[in-house]
Amino acid sequence: MHPMVRFVMAPILEARGIVKTYPGLTAVDHVDLAIERGVCFGLLGPNGAGKTTLIEIMEGIKRPDSGSALYEGAIVGTKFRREAGIQFQATSLQEFLTVRETVALFRDLYPKAMEMSDLVRLLSLEEFLDRDTRKLSGGQRQRLLMALALVNDPVVLFLDEPTTGLDPQARRNFWDLIGMIKAEGRTIVLTTHYMEEAYELCDEIAIMDRGRFIARGTPERLLREHFGNVILQFPTGDVDGRLDGFPAPLVRRNGEIEIQTNDVDRTVKLLLERGVSLSRMKMRSWNLEDLFIALTGKDLRG
Amino acid sequence: MKRFLAVMHARNMEFIRDRSSLGWNILFPLLLVLAFAVVFSGDDKPLYKVGVLGDPARLSARESGFFSTRYIQFIPVTDLDKAIDKVEHFQFDMLVDVREGRRYWVNGTSPNGYLLERILGGEKAKGFQRVEVQGRKIRYVDWVVPGVLAMNMMFSCLFGVGYVIVRYRKNGFLKRLKATPLTPFEFLLAQMTSRLILILAITVAVYAGCNYFIQFEMRGSYASLFLLTLLGAVCLISCGLLVSARLSSEELAGGILNLITWPMMLLSGVWFSLEGTNPVVQRIAQFLPLTHIVDGARAIMTEGAVLADIAPHLIVLSLMSMVFLAVGSMIFRWE
Repeated sequence: MHPMVRFVMAPILEARGIVKTYPGLTAVDHVDLAIERGVCFGLLGPNGAGKTTLIEIMEGIKRPDSGSALYEGAIVGTKFRREAGIQFQATSLQEFLTVRETVALFRDLYPKAMEMSDLVRLLSLEEFLDRDTRKLSGGQRQRLLMALALVNDPVVLFLDEPTTGLDPQARRNFWDLIGMIKAEGRTIVLTTHYMEEAYELCDEIAIMDRGRFIARGTPERLLREHFGNVILQFPTGDVDGRLDGFPAPLVRRNGEIEIQTNDVDRTVKLLLERGVSLSRMKMRSWNLEDLFIALTGKDLRG
Repeated sequence: MKRFLAVMHARNMEFIRDRSSLGWNILFPLLLVLAFAVVFSGDDKPLYKVGVLGDPARLSARESGFFSTRYIQFIPVTDLDKAIDKVEHFQFDMLVDVREGRRYWVNGTSPNGYLLERILGGEKAKGFQRVEVQGRKIRYVDWVVPGVLAMNMMFSCLFGVGYVIVRYRKNGFLKRLKATPLTPFEFLLAQMTSRLILILAITVAVYAGCNYFIQFEMRGSYASLFLLTLLGAVCLISCGLLVSARLSSEELAGGILNLITWPMMLLSGVWFSLEGTNPVVQRIAQFLPLTHIVDGARAIMTEGAVLADIAPHLIVLSLMSMVFLAVGSMIFRWE
């Protein structure tokens, strides 16, 4: 696409002043959001942050108390339902149908649908195509739900915690798949608990807590803005008693002590002076998990 | 149309492959009808039933003695032809007209009629003119079969539509469908049509199966019976849709469906005739769809009623369907 064309085009998805309250809880609190075409947008946040409520409002599934959800500049409606692919957090399917029949059912619900053979190949459904949908493993089920989300060859794809409950291998495969789908120019909106998933897949992220965005931007920019330094990690036993009054911030986590620093040379020198062994020292840069904890004061899965 | 057919086909498959549910839908009525045929194959009326035209209280004391005989149920009637028909088919053991030109009717082959005649004669109730009628006995099974089939239809329609849609809503399948271009109207129509086709097929099959063994009394036309069954099924399915329009708790839906089905089972004349029962009960029964199905089917099968005779039932069923459907689709929610 020509850069100028992209510049003048309205965002493909937009949320304006969305508010949604439940008795005793403001799930979404005046959220504005615009997502450009072709972007993979990640919505991060702890349980109960309002992620699912927000994206279900953007999907036209839930009605906001105020504000509006727009698709290509118009209120989410028939055109959106034809062109959007949606995977909910938990979906039950019609019972007593095979994978093939379930995909066929959903293909028939759309005026324009992807070929069955293409879906089968893309999601590797071949091996369990004629199995009852209730007898699938977690990873197979995820692939089927993804096939249903892709069945209408969607322009935008919504994925609500798509890899929760998958084993690491299945999650890695899923990331590869998302990469392929993204490369086809589709817009993707996904929510996740996993920072590495957001880091791996998303061009842009928003961190949500108590119904509001508390940070937004590309993962790199967010990390750069919030943290300029690196982290040195030591097993607690290696440094205990030797760091009293140490001139740098310390964090104890999971049996390790973490030291934040801007000047690795100087810090290492200070540590050596105090007789700390460096043989088991690890050095890492900040990740989204650190950012998340710094911003919300909560552990992600806590 | 494509969407409608796809959803309907999927529901058909789900139903047909759910062996336990399918088996229940077919076996339950079959066994029930066969059981009735066996259990009630002998003489089945512990009580004598006498239809009475006119007011016996206006008779002289000598004449009215018969009407205070114990163990006889006296049922006031107004329609002479229908009442005679019931004597012909053993539904009344005797019919007495106490108005001018006093007459009584008995079936020449009815032992009960013979005994009642002796009692009437024994009271020296002269002045009654004897009229003998002929007719084949309506067995209890002939009488009960429309009720059993209609009851099976009721359970299948109400639970098969009402309960299933609530389950779809609760487990999120409806929400998934909401995210597609499928409209509520298409979805509901597909559910309705699927159930209608399947329940008609099952009802016809069960009827034919039972008929093979028992040979029901069938005095009316199969076309009328089918039309009545069709409208009855539409009405019951609409009622199921109404129940399921908003609920998302299967327990609550089950409770409400039971609350609807049990009174219908007891008050719609499935098992015993409502003739001679409390008028309030009879009034209530008129508001139950099942009453109109059972009464209509029974009239066709045992009395040979034609379409015009059962028209009131057809009209009531159609009106009820329209109300249920209109309200149901108005308040329907995917979630």
